Amino acid sequence: MYTHLRLFFTTALVAATCLFNVPTRAAEPVQHEAEKAVEGINQAEHKIEHNLEESEEKFNIGQMIMHHIADSHEWEITHGVVLPLPVILYSADRGIEVFSSSNFHNDHHEYNGYHLVHGDAETIVPVDESRTVYDFSITKNVASMLLSAVILILIFTSIASFYKNNKGKAPRGFQSAMEVIILFIRDDVVKPNIGPKYEKYLPYLLTLFFFILVNNILGLLPGSANVTGNIAITMTLAVLTFIVVHLNANGNYYKHLVKPDGVPVPLLLIMIPVEIVGVFMKPFSLMVRLFANMTAGHIILLSLFGLIFIFQSIVIAPVISLFALFLNFIEIMVAFIQAFIFTLLSSMYIGSAIEEHSHADHGH
Amino acid sequence: MSLLTPNPGLIFWMLVVFLLVVFILAKFAWKPIIKGLKDRENEIQGALDLAERTRAEMVKLKSDNEKLIAEANAVRDQILRDAKDAADRTILESKDKAAVEAQKMIDSAREAIRNEQQLAVTKIRKEVATLSLEIAEKVLHRELKDKAAQEQLIAELASSARLN
Repeated sequence: MYTHLRLFFTTALVAATCLFNVPTRAAEPVQHEAEKAVEGINQAEHKIEHNLEESEEKFNIGQMIMHHIADSHEWEITHGVVLPLPVILYSADRGIEVFSSSNFHNDHHEYNGYHLVHGDAETIVPVDESRTVYDFSITKNVASMLLSAVILILIFTSIASFYKNNKGKAPRGFQSAMEVIILFIRDDVVKPNIGPKYEKYLPYLLTLFFFILVNNILGLLPGSANVTGNIAITMTLAVLTFIVVHLNANGNYYKHLVKPDGVPVPLLLIMIPVEIVGVFMKPFSLMVRLFANMTAGHIILLSLFGLIFIFQSIVIAPVISLFALFLNFIEIMVAFIQAFIFTLLSSMYIGSAIEEHSHADHGH
Repeated sequence: MSLLTPNPGLIFWMLVVFLLVVFILAKFAWKPIIKGLKDRENEIQGALDLAERTRAEMVKLKSDNEKLIAEANAVRDQILRDAKDAADRTILESKDKAAVEAQKMIDSAREAIRNEQQLAVTKIRKEVATLSLEIAEKVLHRELKDKAAQEQLIAELASSARLN
């Protein structure tokens, strides 16, 4: 037990030092080039850089946290170890442009007529403001998501081959570990909520669960991206569930929206808007729940580690590390719980949309 | 508030990656896994059913066996009883037969004895008659010479002849 604790201690401390080396690349002297039309942008940029410089001396915890939670065009594993990622831009006049994000490593963070703005989140803006550009870059989150996709595909295709090759034999090793979770999702989450027609939705819901779980857990690793704590990701997942629900919903579901059973006619004036708001509230709550839980967990952990840098005391560091260790365990639990809840609620929404309204069924 | 504004590029990649993952996993992972799980469940259920059936059959077989044994015992007892009866009957019959035979033998012996007796009596009578005749002849022969003596003799003979 002691060795475990010590191991975690050292890991937590190393992680803390890795995580909180705020990038200091932008330490160049400020130059003023008045003739440029991009003066405004540059000034804003320089202000932020100035802030970053200041934060080197005066540790700014808010900025540090935002930097770690937000997406980025490069993957900073630790201070100085930076993985440049491809930037993919589309604009009507230039078509698709692909270049490495390391090209922005210059005095003005400019390349090929584009400007990389560091803020809470990084954005690429064209120097010529009249142009519109769409950013399809492989950002840190996309790269992490691709990694999780590869992990998922490797794990589950290898498990599938176990099932094909060891037919009629007892499960063993990693197969049995995953089987427990798969069976849990199938028998305790999907089957009771969707009913007899559950098999059609099982692949989607299993993928949903494991995708969220793997990304949640990957997000807890030091130096990794905060994928499931990004609102774009949770929004896409929620919208996909919304689409699955409404593509498969039966007449009862839609009839219930405009004419709920047993509601007096005057009340319909209130009930119909409520029902329709409820339809959109469900995916919205899915989106916000996952996003908020994961982001909150990251913020708490980062705040704790930030305290070490605020106090700059050898006494406070172990105490906070211990606390962070405890919270890390909670975050691992939350990773599972959030994946479970997203899947559970998705299957409940699907189940309620495809339910046949025979009242004999209500006895269950 | 950049945290709350979804990035369209990220949404695009998320859609592409997630849908690809769903399709790849559905085709190459979930299908065989779910099939494998279901096959195994069916197999286990089948094995359990078979065991249940076998147990029922065993019970039936056992009761059949017991019935068979009971029947065999009954048959054996019956055979033994029959055999004993037959033996008893045979002994009894033999005894009866022997008794009848003995009686017959006794009867025939008695008959023979009676016949012999009859014969002997007849013979004796004949003997007596002959003897009487001879005596009478002799007497006659002598007496005829001596008249007084003859008379005396006849008287004597007459008295001795009245034996029967």
